[in-house]
Amino acid sequence: MLSKEVNDLLTVKKASKLFKDGTAGFKDITFTVQKGEIIGILGTSGCGKSTLLRVLSGLDQSDSGTIHLGGEGQRGAGVIFQEPRLMPWLSVEDNVLFGIKNPSKYRSQATHYLSLVGLSEFSRALPRDLSGGMAQRTAIARALAAKPSVLLLDEPFSALDAFTKMQLQDLLLDIWQEEKTTMVMVTHDIDEALHVCDRILVMSGQPGEIAAEIKISQPKPRSRSDLSLTAYKEKVFSILQDSNAGLQKYSVR
Amino acid sequence: MKNKLNLIGLGLILPVLLIAIWEAAARFGWIESYLLPAPTTVVESVIEMAQDGSLWTHVSITLYRVGAGFLIGTAGALVVGAAVGYFKQAERLLDPILQAFRSIPSLAWVPLFLLWMGIGEPSKVTLIAVGVFFPVYLNIVSGIQGVDRKLIEVGKVYNFNSLQLVRRIILPASLPSFLVGIRSGLGLGWMFVVAAELLGASEGLGYLLVLGQNTSSPELIIASIILFAGLGKGTDSLLKGIESRSLRWQDNLQNAK
Repeated sequence: MLSKEVNDLLTVKKASKLFKDGTAGFKDITFTVQKGEIIGILGTSGCGKSTLLRVLSGLDQSDSGTIHLGGEGQRGAGVIFQEPRLMPWLSVEDNVLFGIKNPSKYRSQATHYLSLVGLSEFSRALPRDLSGGMAQRTAIARALAAKPSVLLLDEPFSALDAFTKMQLQDLLLDIWQEEKTTMVMVTHDIDEALHVCDRILVMSGQPGEIAAEIKISQPKPRSRSDLSLTAYKEKVFSILQDSNAGLQKYSVR
Repeated sequence: MKNKLNLIGLGLILPVLLIAIWEAAARFGWIESYLLPAPTTVVESVIEMAQDGSLWTHVSITLYRVGAGFLIGTAGALVVGAAVGYFKQAERLLDPILQAFRSIPSLAWVPLFLLWMGIGEPSKVTLIAVGVFFPVYLNIVSGIQGVDRKLIEVGKVYNFNSLQLVRRIILPASLPSFLVGIRSGLGLGWMFVVAAELLGASEGLGYLLVLGQNTSSPELIIASIILFAGLGKGTDSLLKGIESRSLRWQDNLQNAK
């Protein structure tokens, strides 16, 4: 029991944030994330999952509830947004070092993370010369270089084409293999969540609540054609459909 | 290379033609030479001034005034503009009064500055600084207020404080409009130095204008105008060079290959 609590890296208790007169946001969200886990937060648009991630990252404050981020040294969270959000005036390498206090000492670290995301040859390039996938790789390297205790990802690959998306999902898993980074990923892509995550929190409703928690026992990396994942997919699908049917009662005129 | 020459060549056709017509008009007496002297006469008077050294005195004092006023005005605008652009409270406090001051025709300051600071350098430099301040200020404020919120959030994720946000994200991101501001500020600086020197100076290019008028020597006036044009164009090209060098990162039409 005690050892389990030591491993809890992120604890969220009854967190709520509501806006638009309580019809948007999320409420009563409770979950814990353990060290080295990859958690998926899955839901349709408007269920408050991105708002939840903004609250976890400290960009927004919750209305009520507590959020506790443990981990040694209080390094805080790293965030990967839907868009790369690189500083256009900095080279790829300087972008990777952007969040670090005294960058000159950490050149070798930037080199390490750039090679991890496969961009070693582009360290001097400017963001305008990068493709969408390369820019997002740079953003991943930037988030990792600050050595966050947890990595928060807000629909990180939803703006990319299908092939690049798969490449980056696998890159994320490679990074996890190497660094055992704890991650919380918000996504609306069921396949993505099933491919990458250890546990999936399905959110639904407006404001969003956790409708189900699904643990995926298959070890990572998983094959994309793994048939046992189909069962999970159907389960997630039916949960989302059930909760949507509830919503439609209000929206049908 | 050949293309580039063609480009310059095309731009040269009209000026050369104009100067030729002008020279001819003066030579053949179509225009009275006491009204419009020939280009060669103008050039001669410039050479004369260069030889007796008075040209350098006039040019350097004018350059000094513009330079000093430009630096003071830009520095002031940078500090005030950064505060007004970044802090909502500062905007509410300062922007209304600055906008009110901006609507005062700048030449209206001249008598007051002369009264306060006398006819020497301080009043001239102040007038130029006031002229430079406003375009730089306006561009900095709109540049800062136009910075992408999404980039600022990146800094917030890293727990940057306000100073770090300004220095590492907001200022670089608003650099393009800051540079537009200082270029138009410099243009106004050149306008104001003429006003300052017309109204009370014993040297400088503006003084040459007055001297030319008082001694009925139009070649002096035209020489001075041409020198103003050259210096204005030269300093602007300098800023433009800095601009395109420091904005090479922009993904825009200008940088398209």
